[in-house]
Amino acid sequence: MTTLPEILDRFNQNASAAKFRGRAVWDFHRQEQTRDTHALDVKMAAARGVKKLYGIGLHAIRQNASLKATTFLQQRAFRVNGALRQQPFDSSAEKPQFPGASAEFIDHLEFIQPNVISGIPVYRVMDRQGQIINPSEDPKLSKEMVLNFYQKMTLLNTMDRILYESQRQGRISFYMTNYGEEGTHIGSAAALEPTDLVFGQYREAGVLMYRGFPLDLFMAQCYANADDLGKGRQMPVHYGCKDLNFVTISSPLATQLPQAAGAAYAVKRENSNRVVVCYFGEGAASEGDAHAGFNFSATLECPLIFFCRNNGYAISTPTNEQYRGDGIAARGPGYGLMSIRVDGNDVFAVYNATKEARRRAVAENQPFLIEAMTYRIGHHSTSDDSSAYRSVDEVNYWDKQDHPISRLRHYMTARDWWGEDEEKAWRKQSRKLVMEAFERAERRLKPNPELLFTDVYDEMIPPIAKQRDAMWRHIQQYKEHYPLDLYEK
Amino acid sequence: LLLILIASISRATNPPLTFTGTEIEEQVFIADTHCMNVSAGPTQKMNLFQSVTSALDNTLAGDPTAVIFGEDVAFGGVFRCTVGLRDKYGKDRVFNTPLCEQGIVGFGIGAAAAGATAIAEIQFADYIYPAFDQIVNEAAKYRYRSGNMFDCGKLTIRAPWGCVGHGSIYHSQCPEAFFTHCPGIKIVVPRGPVQAKGLLLSCIADQNPCIFFEPKILYRAAVEQVPTEAYQIPLSQAEVLQEGSDLTLVAWGTQVHVLKEVAAMAQEKLGVSCELIDLRTILPWDTETVCKSVVKTGRLLISHEAPVTGGFAAEISSTVQEECFLNLEAPISRVCGYDTPFPHIFEPFYIPDKWKCFEAVKRMINY
Repeated sequence: MTTLPEILDRFNQNASAAKFRGRAVWDFHRQEQTRDTHALDVKMAAARGVKKLYGIGLHAIRQNASLKATTFLQQRAFRVNGALRQQPFDSSAEKPQFPGASAEFIDHLEFIQPNVISGIPVYRVMDRQGQIINPSEDPKLSKEMVLNFYQKMTLLNTMDRILYESQRQGRISFYMTNYGEEGTHIGSAAALEPTDLVFGQYREAGVLMYRGFPLDLFMAQCYANADDLGKGRQMPVHYGCKDLNFVTISSPLATQLPQAAGAAYAVKRENSNRVVVCYFGEGAASEGDAHAGFNFSATLECPLIFFCRNNGYAISTPTNEQYRGDGIAARGPGYGLMSIRVDGNDVFAVYNATKEARRRAVAENQPFLIEAMTYRIGHHSTSDDSSAYRSVDEVNYWDKQDHPISRLRHYMTARDWWGEDEEKAWRKQSRKLVMEAFERAERRLKPNPELLFTDVYDEMIPPIAKQRDAMWRHIQQYKEHYPLDLYEK
Repeated sequence: LLLILIASISRATNPPLTFTGTEIEEQVFIADTHCMNVSAGPTQKMNLFQSVTSALDNTLAGDPTAVIFGEDVAFGGVFRCTVGLRDKYGKDRVFNTPLCEQGIVGFGIGAAAAGATAIAEIQFADYIYPAFDQIVNEAAKYRYRSGNMFDCGKLTIRAPWGCVGHGSIYHSQCPEAFFTHCPGIKIVVPRGPVQAKGLLLSCIADQNPCIFFEPKILYRAAVEQVPTEAYQIPLSQAEVLQEGSDLTLVAWGTQVHVLKEVAAMAQEKLGVSCELIDLRTILPWDTETVCKSVVKTGRLLISHEAPVTGGFAAEISSTVQEECFLNLEAPISRVCGYDTPFPHIFEPFYIPDKWKCFEAVKRMINY
């Protein structure tokens, strides 16, 4: 199937322009030529025409995957910023000379129709029963790696069940589960290097789990006990880990997108072969910060992967109330981003897309947008009861018929890598691991209240020190009214 | 914005004017002579925007991770603060961003968190508000909320600030009060070129996110001999510019020069000896220097262009009355902008000029 960038290619190609004059760019329905053969023609013409073109034309060409990376990199070196990008002004040419767009003239009025009926297709490797559809797309990962995927997804699932329950029992104040989205976490995390910097939103615990964040530290953050790396300052699920290159989660949505662009820019200048990955949901993608993140990453040529978990809901708001276009992936080309939509419940599709995006983001210093379609099986959080806005049947469909964990299990059982006995044993073991961590976390004291006052600035400043001292004097005087026994001394 | 730039350039040879009554009076900038001991070494005549350029030049030369970005910084900036830096240090270090303040600050936070010295320019302080969430919810809390695993201390945000004679509602604002309510950031306002360079270099070196407001009316008008080498002026230290015994005057930025004149008028016309303090760092502010002065004089006048309600004078006033209640001979006086948006044609009536401050001094002395 022709990608949008290839379609854009055609419009910027002198050689092919005549054939397409007057066609609506965005109308996927009306492609009459065989896409595959024409795509090849376009690519060859592009290779020939490349030296004549400047500016935006080159920009579209470089998105064409089959041209050699080396050619791109040479061209890239010239196009660092600003003025060099604009096409050279030539008043004698019939072509439009506007600095703002590279396009042909059109002589009849035609609006571009946004296409949501057959929009950007969803890339998948396995069908819903875990069978590989196109064998050449099977990443053929080792048994060890696939088992690890499965065990991480199920361990996450088990931890979610226990911590959700613990909130219901009043042991922790709040929790957010990851039910149904485990494939997006594990597939993408596995495709990254451990040194790649991750910015998350709040539903990416599996990424951290895949990287090796221990159950004890997940629990410590949720319980805000003295082992919490975050020193007990944030609500549950606001994880962070410097050693695992996972930036601490914050509650405001989409703030991480322009930050990820800035981090990627800094990483690019270091020449360290690292990429930055930025996770967010389809709801957060409506924020202004998302627009800022996309635009900055493209204009400043950042090695960055934007990973959107489109799970159908932003709390109670379904996607048809969140956007009217073709999801998040369709916005990518509008910003100049390489974009793809994948089946988020297919861990191999997620893996393949992330792997390739990573390779190219680092090699070509450009951002990629991956929209992983999935479904949020659980409630938004422990403060939400989703039966208020969606049917049990809908939820059951995804839980029973299209779940990343069961699809991967079918793949494994088909290869005799896993069976009933292994499943039973692992369920028992994973539950035991989680329960033991849970019990340890329960017993642990909370951090010393001194930590209320530190890290506001890099060093303690006099006014805060004064307030801290005043607090302690107050606590001394009214100590029976404060739960000091729960906290470390 | 381009109109403002053209207007500013056309005024290049004329010092900024304040109008009172039928006379046009010059607001003269007098170079600091006593703060020349900030640094040994060669000096060069620089105005305020040139002293900023010099600070940025020193930074880019000494710190390979340092980058400067914002709207229009590549060609030199609408106030010429970044002239020559792109050619000297490269396109990857001095670059334009899209027109998006929330993106500029967010990008800066991320770059700083990843280890780069990030210097973000917001074109006018009036346009900093789209970045409010990134500054208050993110930058200020980055270190605290991560248990000190992550921070964006390498971020410095610079913005032109304050009245300029014709800036009106959206080119004259002083938004420091919005940010003083936010623990975790630092806010600094210089009064002249020597101070600007030293304080900016301190902000850049400081391991906390800093906002550096540059009084735009002083960009051309303020000219001093500024050391060409790098030097720092400490943050959170107010400076006593003139010692006195009867009344303490506190201000920051442009208003320091207004109060300098008021102090001279008070001495000449009223025989009143004023102690003049430039606060310099608004957050965290130097309570000790101000309180020590008020204990001595018993009277305090604070003046700023920003509207009086909720302005930073309110915070100073509140703290001083807590600490120095029994030393006060008169209520603390605030001479500030009115509680209106910053007007265009009515600017001469709006600003807390020397006559309003002088009148307040008179009232306090006669209390």
